[in-house]
Amino acid sequence: MSSTLSAVPATPPVPVRSSGRDMKQPNPDQIRARNRWADRLFAWSAKAGALLTLALLFGILGSLVVGAWPAIERYGLGFLTSAVWDPVQNEYGGLVMIYGTLATSAIALLIAVPVSFGIALFLTELSPAWLKRPLGTAIELLAAVPSIVYGMWGLLVFGPLLATWVQQPLQAAFTGVPVLGTLFSGPPVGIGILSAGIILAIMIIPFIASVMRDVFEVTPQMLKESAYGLGCTTWEVMARVVLPYTKAGVIGGIMLGLGRALGETMAVTFVIGNFNQLDSLSLFQAANSITSALANEFAEAGDGLHQASLIYLGLVLFFITFVVLSLSKLLLVQLRKREGAKS
Amino acid sequence: MSATLPDHRLAKFARRKFVNRVALALSMAAMAFGVFWLAWILWETLRLGIDGLSLATLSQMTPAPNEEGGLANALYGSFLMVLLATCVGTPIGIMAGVYLAEYDPKGPVAELTRFVNDILLSAPSIVVGLFVYTLVVARFKSFSGWAGVVALALIVIPVVIRTTENMLQLVPAALREAAYALGTPKWKVISSITLRAARAGVVTGVLLAVARIAGETAPLLFTALSNQFWTSDLSNPMASLPVTIFKFAMSPYENWQKLAWAGVFIITVAVLGLNIVARVITRKKD
Repeated sequence: MSSTLSAVPATPPVPVRSSGRDMKQPNPDQIRARNRWADRLFAWSAKAGALLTLALLFGILGSLVVGAWPAIERYGLGFLTSAVWDPVQNEYGGLVMIYGTLATSAIALLIAVPVSFGIALFLTELSPAWLKRPLGTAIELLAAVPSIVYGMWGLLVFGPLLATWVQQPLQAAFTGVPVLGTLFSGPPVGIGILSAGIILAIMIIPFIASVMRDVFEVTPQMLKESAYGLGCTTWEVMARVVLPYTKAGVIGGIMLGLGRALGETMAVTFVIGNFNQLDSLSLFQAANSITSALANEFAEAGDGLHQASLIYLGLVLFFITFVVLSLSKLLLVQLRKREGAKS
Repeated sequence: MSATLPDHRLAKFARRKFVNRVALALSMAAMAFGVFWLAWILWETLRLGIDGLSLATLSQMTPAPNEEGGLANALYGSFLMVLLATCVGTPIGIMAGVYLAEYDPKGPVAELTRFVNDILLSAPSIVVGLFVYTLVVARFKSFSGWAGVVALALIVIPVVIRTTENMLQLVPAALREAAYALGTPKWKVISSITLRAARAGVVTGVLLAVARIAGETAPLLFTALSNQFWTSDLSNPMASLPVTIFKFAMSPYENWQKLAWAGVFIITVAVLGLNIVARVITRKKD
């Protein structure tokens, strides 16, 4: 035992290793050449990954235009203003779905923007430090819940409650009143534009709230403290200092939420009712949105005009969300630039 | 001094204080409102989901209406497609992220890519489904698991690009410079120094991407479609958990709805679990 131990340092493996290095390792020139190739390959595949992402956008646009071409050729832009959607007669117009998408998103924003502002205000100014993290995490988790969960919950749990506790009383109170009466007419079954809008609002609150919180936090502390030093209340600091300073970012966050709301599929499909007619402007009326029309009809639509019209709708949706998201991105970048310039 | 302020000044001060109090109360109400929905949705999912959950849910195939059954084929289909989509999407996303952070941080191509990527990140996922339909399904004349994999992979890519780039930017430049000073070639610097330093963040990105696609329904509706039976053949239509939930929840059959709740429970737990794990990983690093 002891002899082997002493034998180990006695025969150091140094010569063996060095000879091995001489034998197996290629000379430095070869290593350099190999590395040059590896470098090129790596750089090339990195660039390919980036270019693929770019190509993806153009691929999506291109394939949608090609797929929708029969419908574009036949209807042109009149597609956007025609409310006929009749697979039996093979006659299509997108107004009902476009209206549904815009109306539900508008309701969602109407609810979500003030609530998100309140949440962001609470998280940045009011919350005690120990609550900030868990509450912030809770709101972000709300954003991670898959939309199908919202949809199913909306259809089976929320819809019936909305019908009993909100829609029926509203209808009872406002029948006969000129504008509101129309808004609240229709079957109070918990399915329709109003329900879809509310579910969408719940879905986009976390997105808007977390962007707002992040942009509120970039306001320089000095600016806020100066305002407090002049005797401003918390609300005045928020409304007259923080909000003007972060205006671009706040609007960017709202646009981001709007982009989500416009493109949301499952949450809307469950509760909107999938009804392809535009009879009244009632909020309780079952309707349809671009996404839910696609979700419900596309797999069954035969080749030809029906499918092309659905793809046309998809193209319209992609175009709208593209514009909205681009604006959102530009506004957020603008804020970030200013932040860089001032600090 | 303050006691001698004119009345209208005092009234103004009182009004300002009142407005402030109302605003703060509303803000707290908004916070409560947000947490309330989260709690309610989670509570219903737990209550109804656990109710529908049983051993058969995990071991049996999706049933016909009013028959006993489970979600085994849907779970397996989801697992397989999510796994493959992650394997396809992750390397592309990481390489693109590396390009943005290491090769060309300020160039016009990178700026454009970043912009496009941010749009793809929140683009409607159903449009991705349409794209893959025209690209794969229409060409091969059949709905297939592969089409589902492609659609999900296209959703993975932007998520991974975003987190990879952000995480690589956090790696101190001194680390890179030290490696270059030793004569390390760039590909080695990136693959064994910067990417390794940013490992936790990149893994987080992948986990978040998995969480995102595990719950995605819209892009699978007309790519992978659905399948009532167990299949491992990706060239056939393939069941997935979200699509099965969609189909079952919209149906009038009670046993289907019960299974849908069980499925929603499984998805919610998995997705929230992944999100929490992702958070824990990044927090450890701070």
